[in-house]
Amino acid sequence: MKNDKVIYAMYDDDMTLLAGAKELVAKGVHIRDVFSPFPIHGLDPVIGIKQTRLAICAFIFGLVGLSLALSGMYYFMIVDWPMNIGGKPNDFFYQNLPAFVPISFEFTVLLAAHGMALTYFIRNWTLPGVTARNPYPETTNDRFVMEIHPSDSHISVDDLTEELKKTGTILIEER
Amino acid sequence: MHQEASIREPLILGEKSYGQITDDVMASVVGKANRSWWIAFGIAAVMAAWGIGCILYLLGTGIGTWGLNKTVGWAWDITNFVWWVGIGHAGTLISAVLLLFRQKWRMAINRSAEAMTIFAVMMAAVWPGIHMGRIWLAYFVFPLPNQFGSLWVNFNSPLLWDVFAISTYFSVSLVFWYIGLIPDFATIRDKVTKTVPKKIYSLLAFGWTGNAKAWNRFEEISLVLAGLATPLVFSVHSIVSMDFATSVIPGWHTTIFPPYFVSGAVFSGFAMVQTLLIIMRKVMNLESYITIKHIEYMNIVIIVTGSIVGVAYLTELFIAWYSGVEYEAYAFINRATGPYWWAYWSMMTCNVLSPQIFWFKKLRTNIGFTFFMSIVVNIGMWFERFVIIVTSLHRDYLPSSWTMFHPTFIDIGCFIGTIGIFFVLFLLFARFFPVLPLNELKTILKSSGEQYKNKPITEEH
Repeated sequence: MKNDKVIYAMYDDDMTLLAGAKELVAKGVHIRDVFSPFPIHGLDPVIGIKQTRLAICAFIFGLVGLSLALSGMYYFMIVDWPMNIGGKPNDFFYQNLPAFVPISFEFTVLLAAHGMALTYFIRNWTLPGVTARNPYPETTNDRFVMEIHPSDSHISVDDLTEELKKTGTILIEER
Repeated sequence: MHQEASIREPLILGEKSYGQITDDVMASVVGKANRSWWIAFGIAAVMAAWGIGCILYLLGTGIGTWGLNKTVGWAWDITNFVWWVGIGHAGTLISAVLLLFRQKWRMAINRSAEAMTIFAVMMAAVWPGIHMGRIWLAYFVFPLPNQFGSLWVNFNSPLLWDVFAISTYFSVSLVFWYIGLIPDFATIRDKVTKTVPKKIYSLLAFGWTGNAKAWNRFEEISLVLAGLATPLVFSVHSIVSMDFATSVIPGWHTTIFPPYFVSGAVFSGFAMVQTLLIIMRKVMNLESYITIKHIEYMNIVIIVTGSIVGVAYLTELFIAWYSGVEYEAYAFINRATGPYWWAYWSMMTCNVLSPQIFWFKKLRTNIGFTFFMSIVVNIGMWFERFVIIVTSLHRDYLPSSWTMFHPTFIDIGCFIGTIGIFFVLFLLFARFFPVLPLNELKTILKSSGEQYKNKPITEEH
């Protein structure tokens, strides 16, 4: 994109940023992103970030784990090599099922947790060796930064700077 | 913003800002280790080295170097295993169960408690590993296709359930802990100035940027992992208890075991958290974050779980008599009055009587006394496992097989060694990792910080 300017507005308080974001959005400014040292509650709906679907993905991974565990144990213990343990009934899967509950549970949790974590790492692109993209190193400590592309909301840089100044920023920078 | 009742005691004391929290926690990472850290590290390293030596000797010579005999086939090895797994329960309980219950006081302690959990579970895993004797065949516990035909592991065996339970618990706790650590590693990465530490923390931080979508996902994964880890906390020690409960040895064959083991595990886990944190808050100047209130809350958990353990002991005794099974009754009479009476009564004193002293507020808010009690509980819980395992085994059905268990110096060395390795790992953690979850503490600064809590009252009146 040609001539795509980026405006960064820095705040020293999460609540100031949140109030400022609400005002800006009400005036039709699109906030591309916010960098903060911790999650700012209530910010996501304001700047239009949808709730993540990671939980659904964990559920699917859990189902995969459960079916893998059950089919594995069915094959090992019922089909391939049925073991006679103290004469306990094991001719059919359901007869042996109570003993399979602990491992079914553990394997479900194992796949749900690791599948979700892996998806989280890939979607966030947080992996070993990745370089960070936060515009200011202070945003992981005690500063809060908004990233605004004026081209997103058809507003001139000067107007935007004027609006930002009203919201109590401590620094406005154009890159 | 979330509001908190003003009568609730603040969780962060003093005048703190977001930047101040970072600086307080980073002091140990940036600064040089003090003399007490080096002394503790030196002692732990010597213990670890001795233990590793004993373990190597054990592996080279065989488990005959332990004091086991034909009657007492499990003794210190499995006692230590269960003891360490039990200790490893507090961390995930604090970070998962207390997260679901929205207990904000967990935030100051969950990072180090979870580290303790991970190291304790590692030490626990050493024991079943080395008690196999031929540890290089340990892969046999997994259902791998092999050259012996269709020879699979036995999925009806609690020992195999344990393999799955412990490995799931360990790996999920590790991932949960590391996901929480990433934003804090990023804080250190952006704050340190020296080249080499910056490179290392950059690698550890996985390129975390802290943008809004990442935080959205972060909160979701924390919640779901907490939800997954919560039943896991309860399942792990339940399954460990089934190693005993599904057998037919009098004294082991008890349906009360799963809840009784879980509460015992939480009891000993919190005791170990107290032991570590009381020292850490002092040495690392974290008194503003790990306050007397935190210590009191943990002591309350110790009273509750200690009382559950006490009720379980008494129920077990009552049922041994009420069942009318003479083998069962003998096992319990023998525990209390037989040759191992001293172990039984040490366990009773340390686990049932001593935590009741915490009903006195003066004592449960006293740091020195809490530290002493945490050691007492740890000793008591070690004896609990020793009593369950050894006193149930040493009187076999045939009196001609009756024996005693005498630990050899290899038994003692291996045990001391795991304590040493545990402390080496924990001290390294305390030195180089963010010991408080920075990103979580900053979210409660305004609702639970002392200077913010006092503000509205002065402004309104």
